This record gives sequence, structure tokens and C-alpha cells, in this order.
Amino acid sequence: MKKYTYTEKKDTRSGFGTGLAHLGRTNPNVVALCADLIGSLKMDEFIKENPERFFQIGIAEANMMGIAAGLTIGGKIPFTGTFAAFSTGRVYDQIRQSIAYSDKNVKICASHAGLTLGEDGATHQILEDLGLMKMIPGMTVINTCDFNQTEAATIAIAEHEGPVYLRFGRPVVPIFMPKFTDTENENKFVIGKGIQMTEGNDVTIVATGHLVWEALQASEALEKEGITAEVINIHTIKPLDEELILKSIAKTGCVVTAEEHNIIGGLGESVARTLALNNPVPQEFVGTQDTFGESGTPAQLMEKYNLNAAAIVAASKKVIKRT
Amino acid sequence: MASIQELKDFTQQVRRDILRMVHAVNSGHPGGSLGCAEYITVLYQEIMKHNAEEFDMDGKDQDLFFLSNGHISPVFYSVLSRSGYFPVSELATFRLLDSRLQGHPTTHEGLEGIRIASGSLGQGMSVALGAAQAKKLNGDTRLVYSLHGDGELQEGQNWEAIMYAAAKKVDNYIAAVDVNLKQIDGTTDEVLPMGSIKAKFEAFGWEVLEVKEGNDIEAIIAGVKKAQSLTGNGKPVCILLYTEMGNGVDFMMHTHAWHGKAPNDEQLENALSQNPATLGDY
Ligand SMILES: Cc1ncc(C[n+]2csc(CCOP(=O)(O)OP(=O)(O)O)c2C)c(N)n1
Ligand SMILES: [Mg+2]
Repeated sequence: MKKYTYTEKKDTRSGFGTGLAHLGRTNPNVVALCADLIGSLKMDEFIKENPERFFQIGIAEANMMGIAAGLTIGGKIPFTGTFAAFSTGRVYDQIRQSIAYSDKNVKICASHAGLTLGEDGATHQILEDLGLMKMIPGMTVINTCDFNQTEAATIAIAEHEGPVYLRFGRPVVPIFMPKFTDTENENKFVIGKGIQMTEGNDVTIVATGHLVWEALQASEALEKEGITAEVINIHTIKPLDEELILKSIAKTGCVVTAEEHNIIGGLGESVARTLALNNPVPQEFVGTQDTFGESGTPAQLMEKYNLNAAAIVAASKKVIKRT
Repeated sequence: MASIQELKDFTQQVRRDILRMVHAVNSGHPGGSLGCAEYITVLYQEIMKHNAEEFDMDGKDQDLFFLSNGHISPVFYSVLSRSGYFPVSELATFRLLDSRLQGHPTTHEGLEGIRIASGSLGQGMSVALGAAQAKKLNGDTRLVYSLHGDGELQEGQNWEAIMYAAAKKVDNYIAAVDVNLKQIDGTTDEVLPMGSIKAKFEAFGWEVLEVKEGNDIEAIIAGVKKAQSLTGNGKPVCILLYTEMGNGVDFMMHTHAWHGKAPNDEQLENALSQNPATLGDY
């Protein structure tokens, strides 16, 4: 089975910052907005190079979403930046009416998503944002897994016409996806196209965001026990790459979904719907169990809430038994 | 009634608590916490009628306090514990897994003294207004207090609340704004100049008074007493509290750098040496 290694760890939000800086140099229509969190969102480089295309909104996220919608009317491609909690729940109606329903080309870029935000605790650790965003008609929803994928996704969404929710995180995590190279257009991020990471016969693991690396670790652990897992990196939650998932489960006959999100409303439910309509097979859900988060280090929280490789291994064994 | 010296000693211990708490977990917000140490101390130790030993959510016939700028939880936790709401030893659990002292204040873990979750900015005034109106319905004559950051005022919900408070004559309420002129990305003027906050509150129909020495115990007591005297006259009351972010630690003052950054070992030692223990460390 294909093995993944890494030599460096970086935060996915820095991938966003690097991607945004790239866009600043290559696409004059890209503008950026932030609500008093420039450093946390790694927007400094874009701002330094394109001060006239940056809008500091102050601590006023609802206003930010409305201004972003307005900027599209002048042909701009606005990228808004704040924490995931304040990018979604805080401003839901603004996104719904002024952006999505109005067909506005706004890129909602959300950092510090999920439990790995860590010590700030539950007020900031949104675990419902994927659900909130995927329920909005026309919204594209992306959750990236490492620095390289986040950089590539940031660049790709500028070319996509329509509202996008791009979710990434705070902590440093392994870089295991190939780097996007502009000149050769290599390793381009393709919205809606899942990536099959490993080949296996016994179980399909559909993972998103920080859980992709954990799924790869889980597949290695399972292999030692004679179980081969097919890991799918499903960076785009909506539109979901149903074809890839269905093809894999036709072979494995069962699936584990893994996400740093509430099992209610997240990736798992989207996959379950796909299965129900096409090929019902047993599924286990790795995600938070309808609970708020809490303070702690990212690693402690991922362990306490069963969002790591060990949890994926356990869920895989359980789902295989059900086939 | 505590003496001024006693209140100063209390505040100094609170400063130590704040510094030690954020240092221990290498996270949290010392700047605003240090800046508001005197104000929250004065409220809980001198001004408010409150029952720390038997905390109950409704707080009937007690004064209530709401912290809207929840990121300054260290100062809140320190003052609450040292006022008797929960054991001082629990301060050592700040931001740790399974702690009641969450990064931002929450009712979720049942911590005595907390009546609402805060952390997502801009929501506290609305809650305080509801609690003040409930007091009126209950024939309860005690007051409601709240604290807000100046950057926090950029959230539009505040202005909905400010408009409502005057329109509905919520006059059993004293809101304070921590005017330290700083927020995360820089000074408030660099981020989003707000013009005269005083003129804005006044234009919305509030009584506004200023405490220019927001880190001076005596000035705060005089200011809050004045504010109390203005309640009950059909208008909400606002105190603009001019504070120094990072107050009491020389290298944390006159900068926004310590809004949300913990000191390292060396910096902690330096900061603590400027604030010797008065009531004993937790
Ligand atoms: C709705 C919301 N947006 C953004 C943040 C992130 N944030 C936390 S504190 C802060 C700055 C607050 O400034 P101020 O109220 O002046 O507090 P101070 O820095 O003076 O303590 C920001 C933007 C938040 N907690 N809530
Ligand atoms: Mg401030």
C-alpha cells in the first residue's frame, strides 16, 4: 500500500496566506477583507504587497460579508478572512441573502475551524460550520488537509465563479500532499474531485481536513492487522465526489467517514445520503457526537473526542464486522 | 468596606494570578485582563451586593455583572475566586482539559459566578439588558453591570442594544467600556477609527461619564458611585473607563502586543517581580 511521509509540518492557514499572496500577484481582481485577525489568518503578505486591495473591516463580521457582496458588483473577487465560527454562524443570514441567494462571487475563508483551535475553547471551536454552509443552495464547501492543499485550493477558488466556503485550521500538521507549481500547473486543486490516497479491499475511509492524515495513519495500522483500507481525501464536501466514493465502496462494501465536525450535518451525512440513494452499505461516523468542544491542546482534544487514527481504526473494524 | 490599600493589594494579587495563569498554558489574554483588574476588583470587592458563597443563576436581590469581552477571562476568574465563588486553587486549571475555567467564560461547566457564555464579541450588552428588564419585572431594585472592549464596540449588535436601552429606558443598568484604544491588529484608530464614543452614546440617549484614570482605585470608586447616582432616571448609564492595556507590567504597557500573548519564563519572572504577592499565590 502507498505510504505517506512528511518532512515538514505547517499550519493550513499559512497555506491560505501563501495562496492569497500568489493571487495578489496574479489576479488584479482579487481583494481581501479581514475583521481584526490579520495575523491569525496569515494575510500579512497580501496586505504588504497590495495595500490598496485590502479592507480592514474592524470587529464587524456581518458588515464584512455585506461589503464583500458589494465588492463583487464592481467585478472584484473578495476573500474574507476570520475564524470559522465568525465566518459562518455569526453571519449566516448575511451569507444567505447578500451572498448566496444573490449569486455573489465571494470566497469565505475560515481559519481555526474545529477542535484543533485548542485552548480558546468552545465559543471559538465551531463544529457545525460544514453543515451550515453545505445547506445553503449554491455554496461550494471545501475543507483542506495540509499546507499544500490549502494553498492550491485558495488559488483554485479564485477561478471558480460562485460563493465558496474554504475551511482550514490553526495547528501545524504534516505536509504530505504535493505542492502546486504555478508554472507547470501541476498538482492543481480540482474542486469536487476527491483524491484516492491508498488502494484497499476491506474498507473505504472517506476523510476530510485534518482527519486525512489520521486516516492514512489508520490505514497503515490496519494493514499490519491484514486489513487494507482505501483512503479517500475528500477535500470538497459539496459538491461531493459521489462517483469516486461509490466506486470504492462497490469494492469494499463498507465505509468510515472522518471529519473534525459534528456527525450531525457534516461530511458523514452527505456520504450517507449518497449511499442511501445508490448503494446502501454499513457506515461508521468518526466526528464529534453532537457536543460542544472545550479548552485543551489540539492533541488532547482530538484524543478525548475520538478524532484520531485510533478512532478510525476502531470504526473500521466495527464497520467491517457489520458487512 | 475595604480600605484603598486592601483593594490595591487585592488587585496586585489578581495581576499575579493573570500572569501565572496565562503563562502556565502559554495562551490567553493578559493585556486586557491587566487593564481591567482594578475595575472588576472594585465592582466585586466594593460596589456590588452579591452572594459568592451561594451562587444562583437568577441572582435575585443581588447586583449582576456580565463580562462581554470574554477573552479577559483571567481577570474575571481571579476576582471571582478571590471573592469566594470557587476555590482559588482552581485557577491552576485555567484552559486545561476538563477544566471549569474555559478559555472564555461559560455556564456549560457550571462555574459559580458565570451567568452567560462570552467570547464571541458583541453579545453581552443585549444579555445584560434582558437581565435588567427581568429585574424590573421582578420588582428587584438591584443593578446590572457589564463590561465591553472598545474594539468590541465595532460589532453592530452593540449599537442595536445601545439604541434599545435608551428607547426602553433601561435605567437600572451601568455599562462600562474598557477604552484602552487597542485591539488585535493595532490601535483602534489604525483598525477602525470610531470617532467620539462619548458623543455616540450621548446621541443614542445615554448618560455618559468618564473615568480618566481607569486604573486608579479611588477614581473608579468615585466614578461608579456617580454612575449609581444617575440610575433610576429613565436613562441607561455608560462609564468610559480609560485604562492601560497590560497595566502594572512595564513591558506589556503602551502596546497592543500583549492582547493575546503569554509571557515566557523570563518575562513572567520579570512581570511578577514588579507585582509581589499580597494575598498568597494559588
Ligand atoms: C465576534 C468576534 N470576532 C472576532 C473575535 C476575535 N477577537 C478576540 S479579542 C479581539 C479584539 C478585541 O478588542 P477589544 O474589545 O478592544 O479588547 P482588548 O484587545 O482591548 O482586550 C478580537 C478581534 C472574537 N472573539 N469575536
Ligand atoms: Mg481595546
